[in-house]
Amino acid sequence: MPRAVTTQKKILNSAISWALAIIIFFPIFWIVVLSFKTEGDAIRTPIEVLTSTWTFDSYAVVQERSDYFKHFSNSVIIAIGSTLLGIIIAVPAAWSMAFVPSKRTRGILMWMLSTKMLPAVGVLYPIYLIFIELGILDSRTGLVVILMLINLPIIIWMLYTYFKEIPAEILEAARMDGANLRSEILYILTPMAIPGIASTLLLNIILAWNEAFWTLNLTAAKAAPLTSFIASYSSPEGLFFAKLSAASVMAITPILIMGWFSQKQLVRGLTFGAVK
Amino acid sequence: MQLKKLVVAAASVTLLSTSLATAETLTIATVNNGDMIRMQGLTDDFTAKTGHNVEWVTLEENVLRQRVTTDITTKGGAFDIMTIGMYETPIWGKNGWLVPLDDLSADYNVGDILPAMAGGLSHDGTLFAAPFYGESSMIMYRTDLMEKAGLTMPKAPSWAFIAKAAREMTDRDNEINGICLRGKAGWGEGGAFITAMSNSFGARWFDENWNAQFDTREWSDTLNFYFNMMSDSGPAGFATNGFNENLSLFQQGKCGMWIDATVAASFVTNPNDSTVADSVGFALAPDNGMGVRSNWLWAWALAIPAGTQKEEAAKQFVEWATSNGYIELVAENEGWANVPPGARISLYENANYKDIPFAKMTLESILSADPNNSTVDASPYVGIQFAAIPEFAGIATDVSQEFSAAYAGQQTIAEALAKAQALTNDAMEAAGYR
Amino acid sequence: MFSYIQSSKPIGTSKVSTKHSRSLARIMVAPAVFALLVWMIIPLSMTLYFSFKKYLPLRGGDLGWVGFENYTRFISSSSFWPAVATTMIIVGGVLIITVVLGTLIALLLDQPIWGQGIVRIMIIAPFFIMPTVSGLIWKNMFMDPTNGFLAHIWRAFGAEPIQWLSHASLPSLIMIISWQWLPFATLILLTAVQSLDSEQLEAAEMDGAKPIRRFFHIILPHLARAITVVILIQTIFLLSIFAEIFVTTAGAFGTKTLTYLIFQRVLESQNVGLGSAGGVYAIILANIVAIFLMRIVGKNLDR
Repeated sequence: MPRAVTTQKKILNSAISWALAIIIFFPIFWIVVLSFKTEGDAIRTPIEVLTSTWTFDSYAVVQERSDYFKHFSNSVIIAIGSTLLGIIIAVPAAWSMAFVPSKRTRGILMWMLSTKMLPAVGVLYPIYLIFIELGILDSRTGLVVILMLINLPIIIWMLYTYFKEIPAEILEAARMDGANLRSEILYILTPMAIPGIASTLLLNIILAWNEAFWTLNLTAAKAAPLTSFIASYSSPEGLFFAKLSAASVMAITPILIMGWFSQKQLVRGLTFGAVK
Repeated sequence: MQLKKLVVAAASVTLLSTSLATAETLTIATVNNGDMIRMQGLTDDFTAKTGHNVEWVTLEENVLRQRVTTDITTKGGAFDIMTIGMYETPIWGKNGWLVPLDDLSADYNVGDILPAMAGGLSHDGTLFAAPFYGESSMIMYRTDLMEKAGLTMPKAPSWAFIAKAAREMTDRDNEINGICLRGKAGWGEGGAFITAMSNSFGARWFDENWNAQFDTREWSDTLNFYFNMMSDSGPAGFATNGFNENLSLFQQGKCGMWIDATVAASFVTNPNDSTVADSVGFALAPDNGMGVRSNWLWAWALAIPAGTQKEEAAKQFVEWATSNGYIELVAENEGWANVPPGARISLYENANYKDIPFAKMTLESILSADPNNSTVDASPYVGIQFAAIPEFAGIATDVSQEFSAAYAGQQTIAEALAKAQALTNDAMEAAGYR
Repeated sequence: MFSYIQSSKPIGTSKVSTKHSRSLARIMVAPAVFALLVWMIIPLSMTLYFSFKKYLPLRGGDLGWVGFENYTRFISSSSFWPAVATTMIIVGGVLIITVVLGTLIALLLDQPIWGQGIVRIMIIAPFFIMPTVSGLIWKNMFMDPTNGFLAHIWRAFGAEPIQWLSHASLPSLIMIISWQWLPFATLILLTAVQSLDSEQLEAAEMDGAKPIRRFFHIILPHLARAITVVILIQTIFLLSIFAEIFVTTAGAFGTKTLTYLIFQRVLESQNVGLGSAGGVYAIILANIVAIFLMRIVGKNLDR
């Protein structure tokens, strides 16, 4: 709702917005700064930190100690894999619930959301035992499946709300023209749903990337993603602010960049049909 | 024995054995402490000697504990070697979850392991984990500040002296705290410290019928003494300080005294990390004239879960990492001050190690700790800063949370002790002890 | 969201929806339902099974049936009710902060300002940070009473640094978690604000309605639906908050939530039976909260 405002008001609004944005963003900015300092400098007062020398040492140490790229590629595979698998399962479900609802649709949707509330710790032992039984402990396959299941309710809900926004008239018109179900999905629904699917995809990649309970507890050396990479820097002996900052920057940068580049699509995804 | 021969061969004729044994990849879970990180850097030596590769899973202590415990109790087999401590080893060994280390090679010389360490890592006389390094606790203090305060640290001080010295050394304007001690919640953090301290005050966790003892005067004395001393001369926020926080404070010159693990001695005297490296003195952990000192005993050790497919390779690694050869390897690369301490007798007889300023005090501290006889009044449990029963970790975590809340002023010490008493008795009842 | 479910005339039931497409629809729902059923039923039934057992992994595992003993023991523990209260305070606190601040920021960002794109990017950034990382950053680099950034700032003004995580543990935690969730709330609310009919606002402005009046009579009712969505989705995630507590206070200083209590029972105490009973309580609590939420906010979704 852009409306004409006075310059004075624009200055005031800009100042407040920038101040808020700087405060909110500051912690991230600060760890980036600290990651380029020596351990000794990283604990000094802010002014001393900013004026001290800059160095790549912490990154070098972190990379030498643990193979970042192995963890990184595990994170990528697990996040993207679980999201794609989730979407493949969720699209038909959301489609049919949106366009061919039955009496039970509401109940099913509610129930799906309630599975999200199962406290993860409570089922750690059962899941661990199942994973051993299936031989998928410390495997990316196992994590893809479990993260897919965790996020599936959210994926279905998001897709459902998108599909609901597709006007029924278009479908009816297409059916009048004799389009069968297959071409209905392929040529009419899919193109209209692509933005919604894209934003669902993005949100779930973020959720999967940041998941820290299952990814830590079901992996050892092979499938460990960036969450376990962080767990080796969280409180070691001696000064660690610089190394922890470097490791943190390395762990969050990929997803941060992806998030920033896709923020327009993402904003759509986050609405959950909240905006009418 | 085929295995013994193989191990001997592997250790001596490196190239030959590489072609004999099939190369395995070992997955090792370990804690992110300095000595273990150093070990990771030296893994190539092991690979060159045996042909086996190693994949490390390095985790922060709490995460590591939860991770390996889940795996061992479910027989998950995710790790071929686990880094565990003196608390876990006897319990797991008793349950038959660990491979007994009773057939280590002659070269390895099991008899060289300090008896206190071997004892704590055994069940029924069988060794279940090999100590990578061992520790007790002792006082590390700033000689310059002590002098400035006009005091002399006795070799074996009392708590009264420590409290007095702490108050004299405190200089808030210059950010110097007389004493830094652990207050952080967690049985392995503040819980370990206060339990070891309470021993010297005549307190114990349980009486001989497994009744909790937090309603006794001894416990109340311990906590009040600790709290008063820390309020007067401890750092701000001591209720959240653990080993690492205090190490940082001490290295930055913000502590007059610090009573903690003996392994810290090499960090605080290392001029690369510590600003006070050349003015650190050592003394035995304090006592209260009751015949028990407040030092603990601990070892980080390597154990092999029963059922691993790679038992032989795993044993080779355990031997490599806890051998005298490894100590020499570290000495060669990083100097004698940085070798893993407290595990082997021969280290303390080594002429090169004798000059290390903290070597003697470390050994004396270790030798003065007796897990079988840790309390003034008799107790039914083994262990100094813990009781070696499966329920202890859970109970002590709850108890130490109550204590930390009292340190932070969220409740009184009497309230914390009352809650500790109730929850401990409740848990012990649930476990069928009383 | 529920509007679609409850709306009087679902579009799909129009005359063109055939029997054929209905049975096909059922088949299409099947994989998702099946996957979630498996995910729900296997662990849930195992949790239920364990909750009636004395199951102590360190004492040899399954030690037989104990009836409801785990349930009574879990609920009679001195930690139980404080944990429920802590959970509610954290969820409530974070919801209030994120919704109020989120609304204000959304209204602000809707105004023409310089560098809107960059401002928006900076504000949404915390949403991408792993919970563990954000806990670690705040605990060490900011809230550490000796070397933390905030301690340095306090000292620069001659004040005694606040011991955040021990003396103000719950507010600190709420602050950390709010920092992570504020972007989420802001984004949803911003989208809603942007869809507001500007003519309506202008008309109100012409009528001389004061900004506060405009906010309560036009803007807030328009945002009601979006706020509802924010509350719903966030509650689901906040009820199971874990990593932030694990890395900052480890459950000390009154920050033990129900999820954390269960964690302690299962992994620290190694009492799977007791922890499982706690898990069942947590599911019950989550569903009570959910039903309660649906009741009070469901109306907004139906509009």
